[in-house]
Amino acid sequence: MSTRTLISPAQLARPRGKILYWITFTLIVGGFTLLFLGPLYWLISSGFKDAQEVIRTPPTLVPDSFEPGNYQQAWKVMDLAQLLGNTLYYAFGALAFQLVLDVAAAYSLSRLRPVFGKAILGMMLATLMIPATVLVVPQYLTVLDVPVIERNLLNTPWAIWLPSVTNAFNIFLLKRFFDSIPRELLDAASMDGASPMRVLWSIVLPISQPILGVVSIFAVVGVWKDFLWPMLTLPDPTKQTLNVGIYSLSNGVPVNVLIAALTIASLPTLLIFLVFQRNIMSGLTAGGLKG
Amino acid sequence: MSAPSLTPSKADPPRHSTPYETSRATSGGSFAKSLRRNLTAHGFLIGAVVCFAVFSWYPMVREFFLAFQKTEGGESTWVGLDNLVTVFNDPAFWQAWRNTLLFTVLALVFGFAVPFVAAIVINEFHHGKGYLRLLVYLPVMLPPVASVLLFKYLYDPGYGLLNELLGFFGLPEQQWLQDADLSMLSVVLASTWMNMGGAALIYLAALQGIPGELYEAAELDGANLFRKIWHVTIPQTRLILSLMLLMQVIATMQVFVEPFLLTGGAGPEGSTTTVVYLIYQYAFNFNDYGAAAALGLLLLALLAGFSAAYVRLSRAEDE
Repeated sequence: MSTRTLISPAQLARPRGKILYWITFTLIVGGFTLLFLGPLYWLISSGFKDAQEVIRTPPTLVPDSFEPGNYQQAWKVMDLAQLLGNTLYYAFGALAFQLVLDVAAAYSLSRLRPVFGKAILGMMLATLMIPATVLVVPQYLTVLDVPVIERNLLNTPWAIWLPSVTNAFNIFLLKRFFDSIPRELLDAASMDGASPMRVLWSIVLPISQPILGVVSIFAVVGVWKDFLWPMLTLPDPTKQTLNVGIYSLSNGVPVNVLIAALTIASLPTLLIFLVFQRNIMSGLTAGGLKG
Repeated sequence: MSAPSLTPSKADPPRHSTPYETSRATSGGSFAKSLRRNLTAHGFLIGAVVCFAVFSWYPMVREFFLAFQKTEGGESTWVGLDNLVTVFNDPAFWQAWRNTLLFTVLALVFGFAVPFVAAIVINEFHHGKGYLRLLVYLPVMLPPVASVLLFKYLYDPGYGLLNELLGFFGLPEQQWLQDADLSMLSVVLASTWMNMGGAALIYLAALQGIPGELYEAAELDGANLFRKIWHVTIPQTRLILSLMLLMQVIATMQVFVEPFLLTGGAGPEGSTTTVVYLIYQYAFNFNDYGAAAALGLLLLALLAGFSAAYVRLSRAEDE
């Protein structure tokens, strides 16, 4: 980074500037590490303490006891395998539905431009203006008795998958990306007689990999982090997500086992973050302002 | 912005640019062709449209109906403004609004001002920026249940780390979540830790977009550090700051998960009862969907102004 910022390079090059720079830098890096990694360290290390040590005063910074068995116990007692499996099923199902239906819709709105397309897009974007929490109650009632098909989706994965498609922000991001694909590229293909489906599959999708990556990550993480909606629509303990399941069992297990369970629940999203941090951060800054 | 842009160009293609329209024009534009083109296009749209219709648009309409109806034993009757009256007469009503406003104000102090100052400082660094970016965004990726229950453990009045730290500095121990005067602040601190990463990264990106010449020009005019911030940094990021401010007001006015998980929702003496928690209680504890919808409509009306301002501003940014 060589762009000029608030403080001039000349000022920084002076001895006083250098000293001040390094003092601030050390303070900020140290402070941020404590502030953001500290609680995480506390989470992971407390998960290894035995039942007495975890509630001992004063607390121990480095665990005296070492009980990796907590993680085993959490896995067994809270049936984390089941909860983890459920959550993966919901998250990747939602991802599949969003990828197929939202990409198709964005492609149609951007390139095929049907009559009323603008009105439909407008109505989709209008949903962003409605506070999500206000809609939870009528959405819940809708899931209890879906109009026309008259089905109750409670305790079925459909209650997660289908509403996840109504992500107007995803459609907006995808459409904006498709809009920017050079016209000549698509014209040439359709001149050669390629169908819209073929153009989408062999030209649009390969170019759109970066945006598809961002949309996918946020789709999975969105389901993983959600709490209120899965708590309402999946009350059956065997159908619950990791978050809701751990929450509903949190009062019945020892503190160290609970903390071990929290660590296990956090690992998948932390891993996703460490692996895909570039995509996530570029998606955030490119799309974050346009909601 | 240093981040790889997801949008090669912002320009909307002109209206008559799509291949299918071009082919229609050259082949004489017969009705059958146009019909087929539209059918294909709507075929691509239909899945998403059905989902929106069932799970977004229908519930939006239903919210309005519910607010003026009473549902008993599957029968809905119109009751006019009765639900609103119920909501207004609830002793928790004003307390919930006061608490929600308190949460929003505190969350703006910690979640709006602090990340901006942090971003200004971090942007000056020549090392370690990637590491700091990673740190502030880490909590955003954690499941809220994990972060919140971790905070509950840190806040514990008996064996919590926070009281231990206070004791180390010779300060009195606090009943973080049990003290009615302190509980909301505790909720805000946890919530800020969980959510400030996104804002901080967006500010950083915005700061990197400020042309360096502006600072040089300001220095030639003899501006000191604070004048540079006041006359260059803030005006240059004003639009993004306003957008983030609106977005944070909209988001924090809907706070639910953090108080729900930290204090069980209501908190000591109702000190963390928020508007959305009240909606939740009406609907899912008392089965009074009418009251829940009526209160939801009030929240919607209040936030609609902020949403409208947001849309206007983001249009301005596009131009």
